Amino acid sequence: MNMKELYSEAQAISSPQLRDDIVQQLYSRSRELCDVGVSYTKTKADTRTEKLDAIFTSKIWGFPIMLTMLGVVFYLTIAGANIPSSMLAEFFGWLENYITSAFQFLHAPDWLHGILVLGLYRGSTWVISVMLPPMAIFFPTFALLENYGYLPRVAFNMDRLFKFVGAHGKQSLTMAMGFGCNAAAVMSSRIIESPRERMLAILTNNFVPCNGRWGTLIVLASLFMAASFTGGFKSLVTTGVIVGIVLFGIVVTFFVSWALSKTLLKGVPTHYTLELPPYRRPKFFDTVIRSSLTKSWTVLVRAVKVAAPAAILTWVFANIHIGDTSILLHAVGFLDPFGKMLGLDGYIMLAFILGLPANEIVLPILLMGYLSTGSLTEVDSLVDLKQIFLDHGWTWVTALNVMLFSLLHYPCGTTLVNIYKETKSKKWTFLAFLIPTVLAILVPFIVYQTAKLFGWV
Amino acid sequence: MINSYRIALAGNPNTGKSTLFNALTGLRQHTGNWAGKTVSLAEGTVKHKDKTYQIIDLPGTYSLFSNSVDEEVARNYIVFEKPDVTLVVLDATSLERNLNLALQVLEMTRNVIVCINLIDEAEKKGININERILTRKLGVPVVKISARNKIGFPMLLDTIDRLVSGTIECNPVQTTYSEEIEEKITTIESKIRSLVGNSISSRWLALRLLDGDEALLNEFNRRLVLNDQVRREA
Repeated sequence: MNMKELYSEAQAISSPQLRDDIVQQLYSRSRELCDVGVSYTKTKADTRTEKLDAIFTSKIWGFPIMLTMLGVVFYLTIAGANIPSSMLAEFFGWLENYITSAFQFLHAPDWLHGILVLGLYRGSTWVISVMLPPMAIFFPTFALLENYGYLPRVAFNMDRLFKFVGAHGKQSLTMAMGFGCNAAAVMSSRIIESPRERMLAILTNNFVPCNGRWGTLIVLASLFMAASFTGGFKSLVTTGVIVGIVLFGIVVTFFVSWALSKTLLKGVPTHYTLELPPYRRPKFFDTVIRSSLTKSWTVLVRAVKVAAPAAILTWVFANIHIGDTSILLHAVGFLDPFGKMLGLDGYIMLAFILGLPANEIVLPILLMGYLSTGSLTEVDSLVDLKQIFLDHGWTWVTALNVMLFSLLHYPCGTTLVNIYKETKSKKWTFLAFLIPTVLAILVPFIVYQTAKLFGWV
Repeated sequence: MINSYRIALAGNPNTGKSTLFNALTGLRQHTGNWAGKTVSLAEGTVKHKDKTYQIIDLPGTYSLFSNSVDEEVARNYIVFEKPDVTLVVLDATSLERNLNLALQVLEMTRNVIVCINLIDEAEKKGININERILTRKLGVPVVKISARNKIGFPMLLDTIDRLVSGTIECNPVQTTYSEEIEEKITTIESKIRSLVGNSISSRWLALRLLDGDEALLNEFNRRLVLNDQVRREA
C-alpha cells in the first residue's frame, strides 16, 4: 500500500465538515488553556489602538491621511536629499580632477582613462550621489511607519478598491514592498493564499516605482516640472508630481487587475483575515540604523555592481566605430524613429533597453550616451544636467514621458527572474514583461500625440 | 558537526519571530509590524555554552493546514527537515488565538518549546500568564520572553540547551477530537505507521489525510522520488 492509496482510503471515510471539527476542537482547547493559565488584573481594556483605528481606517479620514502620509514621506525624501546629493556630486567631481591628473602623471593611454574614469567612475558615482541620499531618508521613514503598524491599515483601507477590481486586499502590502524593490515584492506575494489573486499581484507589482526608479523620477520632476519654482516650494511641487506619478501607477494597477480578472484570470476575490496589530512604538534608533545602513547599503552595492559594467560597456560602444559612426550611434539611429513617436528619442530607448538588468542605471547610461556625442562636460550640478537634456531637444513632455515610461515599462531582470521562480511558468513571466511594455508604449504615445495636437510642444 | 543544532522559529504572523531571530543571531533581518513580512527562510547562528545553534526563521502563519505557499513552506520545514527544536513564538497579548498554532505544531513534532513573546506589553495590559500551568497542560516547556527588550533570554537558551542535551524531555499532550474523528484516525493510523515508520507522526499524518491535504500528498511523493534518486545514485 502506498501513500496515494492511503489517501483515497482516508478520503473515503472522511466527511466535509471534518476540517471545521478539527479547527473548532483546537480553538476550544486553546480557550480552556487560557481559562486556567491566564488571569487579568486590569478589567478595563486598552482602547488606544481602537481609538487610533477609528481615525486611520475611518471612511472619511482614511484616504486623506494615507495621501498625506505618502506626501510627507516623499517630501522629506526629496527636500532632504537635495543638498547631500549635490554635495556628493561636487565631491566626486572634485575627486575626478585628481584622478585624471594621476592618469596624466602616469602617462596612461586615453582609452584607459576613458573606460575607467569617464565610463566606470562617472557612472558609479552618479548612481551613488543620486540614489544614496533619497534612500537614506526614504527607507528609515518608511520602516518607522511599518514598525509602528500603519501598513496593515493601508491594506484595510484599500481592501474595498481591490475587491472591486477582482483582486486581493493584501495586494496593497505587496505594493508597499514594491516601493523598496519589485523583486522582493514579487516574493512577498506569497502571503496571498489564492493563486489567481497572487498572480494579479505579481503581474501588476511593477507599476509601483521601486527605489531604482526613484532617482530618475525625482531628478526629472525637479528639473522639468518644478523648474519655475525655487526653495522649499520647489520641493513641494516636485513632491506633488511624484505623488501624482505614484497615484497614476496605482490607477494603472487597478485597471490592469480589473482587465485581467475579467479575461485571463477570471474569478471572484476570496475572503481573508487581515490582522490589525496593535500600534507599537518602534525602536526608533534600531529601525533607523537598520534600514538606512543595512538596506541602503545592500541596494547601493547592487546598483554599483550593475552600473559599473554597464557604464564600461556604454563607453566602449560609444567609442568603437563601425564606418564613421560609433556602435552606440548606430543603435540610437535605429531606435530613434520609434522613440520619436512616443515623444522620446533613440538615446532614451537605448538607455531603457541597456537598463534591463537594473533600473538604477537608465539615467546614467542616458547621460553617457548624450555626453559621448557632444563635448564632455562635467556634471557637477543639476543645472548642468538640465542643459544636457535641453541640448538634446528635451521639453517638459519629454521629461513627463520618460517618467511615465520608467513607471510603466517592463520589470528589471532580477524581478523577471523572481517572477519565473515564483510562477514557474514561461507564459506568465512573458506576460509580466508584455503587459507593462505595451502600456509603456501606449501611454507616452497618447500623451505626446495629444500634446502635439493641442500645440503644447 | 557535533554540538550543532537546528532551531526553527514558528508562530503566527507579527508575533515578533524576526525580532527574536535578530536578537538571538545578531543579524539584521528586516522587521515590521505587519502580518506576512517574512516569506522565505532566514538563517543565522547563535552560540550558547558549548553548543552552536542554527536558527531558522519560518514565515509566520495562522495555521499549518497548507492554505498558502508560506504555510506549506513552514509546515514542510517542521515535518520533513526535522529541526532539533521547534520554537513556537506566541503573542502574549492574544494568547488564545495564537495557541491554536502551537497545538498544531505539537501534533507534528516532539521537541517543541512554547515561547510567549511580548510579555512586557501583556503585563502592562494586566495580562498575567502562568507558564507552569501551561507547561503541565501542554507537556512541553513554556518560556516567557520579550524579544525587543531581551527579557527572558537566559531562561530560553537554557531550556533549549537542556532539551537538546536530553536533561528534559518533551511529551506533547495531543488534542483529543470527537469520538467519530478519533475512530477514523485509529482506522488508518496503523497502516500509516507501517508505511512511514516513526519518521513522521502517524497521528498527524492520519489527520492530514482525512482532511484531504493534497499538497502534502504531492510533497510526500516528491520527496520519495528524490530519496529514490539519491539511493540509486549512491
